[in-house]
Amino acid sequence: MLQTISTLLENKPGALLRVTGVLSARGYNIESLTVAKTLDPELSRMTIVVDVEERIRTQVVKQINKLVNVLQATDLTDAPAVIREIVLVRVRCTQESRTTVLKEAEIFHARVVDSSVEGFAIEATGEPDKLDEFIEVMRSYGETEVSRSGAVAMSLEGRKLRLQPPVPAPAAQTI
Amino acid sequence: MQTETGKLMNGAEILLECLAREGVDCFFGYPGGVTLPFYDALVDSHIRHILVRHEENACFAAEGYARATGKVGVCCATSGPGATNLITGLVDSMMDSIPIVAITGQVHSKLIGSDAFQEADTFGITRPATKHNFMVKTLQELPKIVHEAFYIAASGRPGPVLVDIPKDVFQARGHYVPVDTIHLPGYKVFTEGHTGQIRRAAQLIWEAEKPFVYAGGGIIAAGASPELTELVEMADLPAVCTLMALGGLSSSHPNFISMPGMHGSYAANMGMTDCDLLIALGTRFDDRVTGQLQSFARHARVIHVDIDPAEIGKNRIPDIPIVGDVKRVLQKLNKVMQELEAEFKPKKAEARRKWWTQIRSWKDERPYDRSRAENEIKPQHLMDEIDRLSGGQAIVTSDVGQHQMWAAQLIRFNEPRLWINSGGLGAMGFGLPSALGAQMARPDKLVFAICGDGGFQMSIPELSTVASNGLPIKIIVMNNGCLGMIRQWQELFYNNRLSSCDLDSFPDAEKLAGAYGFKGRTIDKPWQLAQALEEAIKEPGPYLLNVRVTREENVYPMVPAGASIQEMVFGPVQPVAV
Repeated sequence: MLQTISTLLENKPGALLRVTGVLSARGYNIESLTVAKTLDPELSRMTIVVDVEERIRTQVVKQINKLVNVLQATDLTDAPAVIREIVLVRVRCTQESRTTVLKEAEIFHARVVDSSVEGFAIEATGEPDKLDEFIEVMRSYGETEVSRSGAVAMSLEGRKLRLQPPVPAPAAQTI
Repeated sequence: MQTETGKLMNGAEILLECLAREGVDCFFGYPGGVTLPFYDALVDSHIRHILVRHEENACFAAEGYARATGKVGVCCATSGPGATNLITGLVDSMMDSIPIVAITGQVHSKLIGSDAFQEADTFGITRPATKHNFMVKTLQELPKIVHEAFYIAASGRPGPVLVDIPKDVFQARGHYVPVDTIHLPGYKVFTEGHTGQIRRAAQLIWEAEKPFVYAGGGIIAAGASPELTELVEMADLPAVCTLMALGGLSSSHPNFISMPGMHGSYAANMGMTDCDLLIALGTRFDDRVTGQLQSFARHARVIHVDIDPAEIGKNRIPDIPIVGDVKRVLQKLNKVMQELEAEFKPKKAEARRKWWTQIRSWKDERPYDRSRAENEIKPQHLMDEIDRLSGGQAIVTSDVGQHQMWAAQLIRFNEPRLWINSGGLGAMGFGLPSALGAQMARPDKLVFAICGDGGFQMSIPELSTVASNGLPIKIIVMNNGCLGMIRQWQELFYNNRLSSCDLDSFPDAEKLAGAYGFKGRTIDKPWQLAQALEEAIKEPGPYLLNVRVTREENVYPMVPAGASIQEMVFGPVQPVAV
């Protein structure tokens, strides 16, 4: 079953690999992954969608939480959250179908970002399932190329972020 | 090394200053091109460096040091092959939760990624082999990273941390500014344990009719032996210590049953199977302990205390999960237990008496096999003699295989940190280098390195290190002329079709040890054994005793892999195909 994990992690080299390593070490394939910095530029927010067996779901989130660079990992699969994705679709269409394509795009609240004699480049955002439908519709008009961002998720619950307080470093010893 | 704040130093000197602040008195390593600046600075340092003969053994020796003391063990290797040779030791300490800081040199930072001479992506390769790893990019961040590495290695669930340092960082000069605080906001350490859960646990323990303590390596790591002993005595609980926990409760304690699991005793495994409350302390329900999970402690409620939240519910969902340092949790638990003692203790007294009678009858029914033969040395006889001479006091390290299991079964450990072995990873060649580290850490202790003839031949180069440091380790090779555990499995599960398990041609021990300048001897008769071991111990320096034992001896009891732990096999059976 697809699982959505939202992770707040330090923006450091190798941090991304540590998180994906937890999944790849167990043979799980990542369906999508997005990562970008947060309001605090030293932190990144990562959303991972991964196909994980039900019985091992908690284990995976716990293992990610254990990583030194990870401040918080949350399983959003069954939690109140918004999950959105962006897709860029380039569709070649005939002169006759151009108006219909634009109409269809409008239904999905999609936006034309480029237009040429061959067709359009269209940007749509929404829930991943909705975008699947949009892509299907576009494909019916002609040759289509698709680039998807992968899911970006935001929890709708306030979660307390527990951070580890600083500890004193060992002082000089007299030898 | 005398240093003042703000003194101009190079990276190598700063690293040594940080090591000194961390209380490092000795470490194990092997120099190379990019670590030359570090080894140069070492000349003026009071910190002792032990030159091993292979980097893998540097990490094993650091583990021996850490396992014998509880302090962080330190090892050092150069870039490329030096770093890759450390991997087995890193994974080993990861599996057994041993605090290690590994320092590796890296090529000049300008050359990283150019396939430079002796370059390897150490940071990438060791990521899944460590608890955490660092690559140092500038001299300024070096002290902070080194202290963070020690803190991560030693705190929470201990483990290995690697610090990769490019040559130019060793060479760069700068003002050393000491680090005051370590701040790792995402590094979560859970120590205290939930008070409500602890109270419920205490109540369950008093209410249980057939309670059973299952103590793991966490007891040793947390230094929780006194608390465990107090708990066991207060409620008169039967207790097993896993392979990683031997000595956590003294082997001579009347409440100590034995080791449980694949080669655990009948009483231990029957107790685990039949109990109504399993008190799991600092342990991870490893497959070698539980056997088939579905039938493991099927009727028992489970209290599981562990510092690592990811271990709780990983293999067995507990009724009372407690995340915390097992020492702190036991301190609180014992206090609550005491409060409830007067009210609860008498209630189950009768049931508890019955339970102990049952356990004692299991113990008497099938004790460990200590049989001896008239004309050949049985492995059990060898372990029995070592046990007699150790009296539960000596440090014993082991390799991996049959001898490890016999040693764990038959040798007593009356304190923690005496039994040193590669438990989780099962790395052969661990015995001798870990003994080296343990003897460096505990010069006052008698140290036995019990090796198989297979594992010993993986670590022969370290005889040189033992000799040049004059370490009085007693190396006992249990020599059955084959890879015994492989042979045992081939015999039992592969229709006795023996394949690549013969180790004919073992060097003459007297000549081999003599070549390194110390004494050695080979024996093969039971009447030689006691005297030969005593002679080895009397020898002020190292000693290599090659003991030829019965070849076709198998370790029993044995739970076949995947079977449930009450399905023990006690002796030779008709071979079955798997």
